[in-house]
Amino acid sequence: MPDATGLELIANEVREKEGAQAVVETVFFREHATLEVAPEKVGPVLELLRERGYSFMASLHGCDYYPQEPRLGVLYELLDMSAVDRITVKARVSTEDPHIPSVTERWPTADHQERETYDMFGVVFDGHPDLRRILMPEDYEGHPQRRDFPVGGEPVIFTFNEGPPTRGPR
Amino acid sequence: MSEYRRREQSITLSPLAEQVEGQEESLTQELLTLNFGPHHPATHGVLRLLVTLRGEIVQDIKPIIGYVHTGIEKTAEDKSYWKAIPVVERMDYLAYHFNSMAYVGAVETLLDVQVPKRAQYLRVIHLELNRIMSHLVWLGTSALDLGAISMFWYCFREREKILDLFEMSTGQRMHTRYMQVGGVAEDIPPGFAQKLRSLLDEMPGRIDQYGDLLNSNEIVLQRLRGTCPLDAQTLLSLGVTGPLLRAAGNPWDLRKAAPYCSYEDFDFKIPVGTVGDNYDRYAVRLAEMYESTKIISQALEGLPEGPHITEDRKVALPPRHELATSMEALIHHFKLVTEGFRVPPGEVYYPLEGPRGEYGCFVRSDGSSKPARVHMRDPSFVNLQAFSHMARGAYIADMIATLAMLDPVLGGIDR
Repeated sequence: MPDATGLELIANEVREKEGAQAVVETVFFREHATLEVAPEKVGPVLELLRERGYSFMASLHGCDYYPQEPRLGVLYELLDMSAVDRITVKARVSTEDPHIPSVTERWPTADHQERETYDMFGVVFDGHPDLRRILMPEDYEGHPQRRDFPVGGEPVIFTFNEGPPTRGPR
Repeated sequence: MSEYRRREQSITLSPLAEQVEGQEESLTQELLTLNFGPHHPATHGVLRLLVTLRGEIVQDIKPIIGYVHTGIEKTAEDKSYWKAIPVVERMDYLAYHFNSMAYVGAVETLLDVQVPKRAQYLRVIHLELNRIMSHLVWLGTSALDLGAISMFWYCFREREKILDLFEMSTGQRMHTRYMQVGGVAEDIPPGFAQKLRSLLDEMPGRIDQYGDLLNSNEIVLQRLRGTCPLDAQTLLSLGVTGPLLRAAGNPWDLRKAAPYCSYEDFDFKIPVGTVGDNYDRYAVRLAEMYESTKIISQALEGLPEGPHITEDRKVALPPRHELATSMEALIHHFKLVTEGFRVPPGEVYYPLEGPRGEYGCFVRSDGSSKPARVHMRDPSFVNLQAFSHMARGAYIADMIATLAMLDPVLGGIDR
């Protein structure tokens, strides 16, 4: 694992190359390093980490930080397979402007996972070749993993439900 | 036509297929778009594939998923930490111990709680039994796809014995809720070790038999050898882990690379393939079953004495007998059952090596007694992206064999 010092060194390198505003925060928690960066800098930062050996993207997922602002987070779990070392890159976007550049071109594994994050949180990945819902139905409204999305009251989509409703809403 | 149906029909093909469509086509050839699934036995669940065919050759595959999406990650946010374990287990329904282990591992890291050695060994025994069980289901159903029906009965015969063992130690055959934060739910009952030993004595011979049935079977070899290979570099860029990656010659296994749960105590090998074709995928999984058997015997022989769950009463329930005599135990019991324990705020990603690759559970805590976010990085979901790369340019029959060797579990993909 990059230790707390190693994380700061990486953060400084990012600041040098991408400007002082590129790094938002560094967190070292339970022996794990997390580097929070500005959303528009995600691509270059991931490339920089790839050069340092973190060449495998283990996971990409979203998170809703409600009620904190900016609410939505996208987390990239990177892995260095030769040094057996992990680092998390995080970017936060607001619900009003949930845009973040897609990394599918350089990290093909991000394809389905970015679609899932879009589906569940409504984060729009600019430049994704095929940004559609993946788990929820195509005509679904809302993004169910957001913290303010209510649980329950979901009508089941069967063909007999397609006509005018025969019963009132539940 | 409803809006939903209209959108369903408007699904565009991926750029590669459009490229193929744009080419000059002779009068005798045209592309066929075939809908495959979701209710097709060879999809191992409810996977739907839009397959573009030129004759019998697969030009492109577009997986459509989400048919068994049940919102488990959302449900888990409404439950206290230890009550979320049963729902998390239901994600990948063939690897329930791995799901719950990834989840409790993440929560333990957040809590910074120590797991007793005996609990770790008991976890290893159940994880590896689960790995064999999952591989048996894969082997039986895959052989069924290739036309070898008898394999299915042989594999499920051994699987029953493993499920019997789970029933004995946990009370449930599937979705056992055995992994608990801080340890395991219960110590193994009397007679379990004996029954497990007899299974371990029997198992290598049984795996030999599966190998004898399939390894020199002309049809199996023709269907598997040399079909749909994919190199390790492409697999890595697609995020593929587990037996699929090892079949291509990359010996990445988290049990060896970053041991968790005392895996460093055991002596076992990582089977790897050479070219990464379907035969290697099959051979690697078959060899993994021997290694899992070895790990279980070592864990059973070296099972240390001690508690099966942490003594930290803020996290684990007190033993039943204490409730009658100790006021404090009663208070702890009440607090745990009603509110549950509170977890310090933070975010943790806990990866482990499952039968299909890296199961990674991301848990975010906001300091309350319910997780603010639970996400499972499910290997089936990520590995499915490699499917069209594997099967492109192959015969449609080889696509079926490749799907079988991919071993997707739709419960895990859709969650």
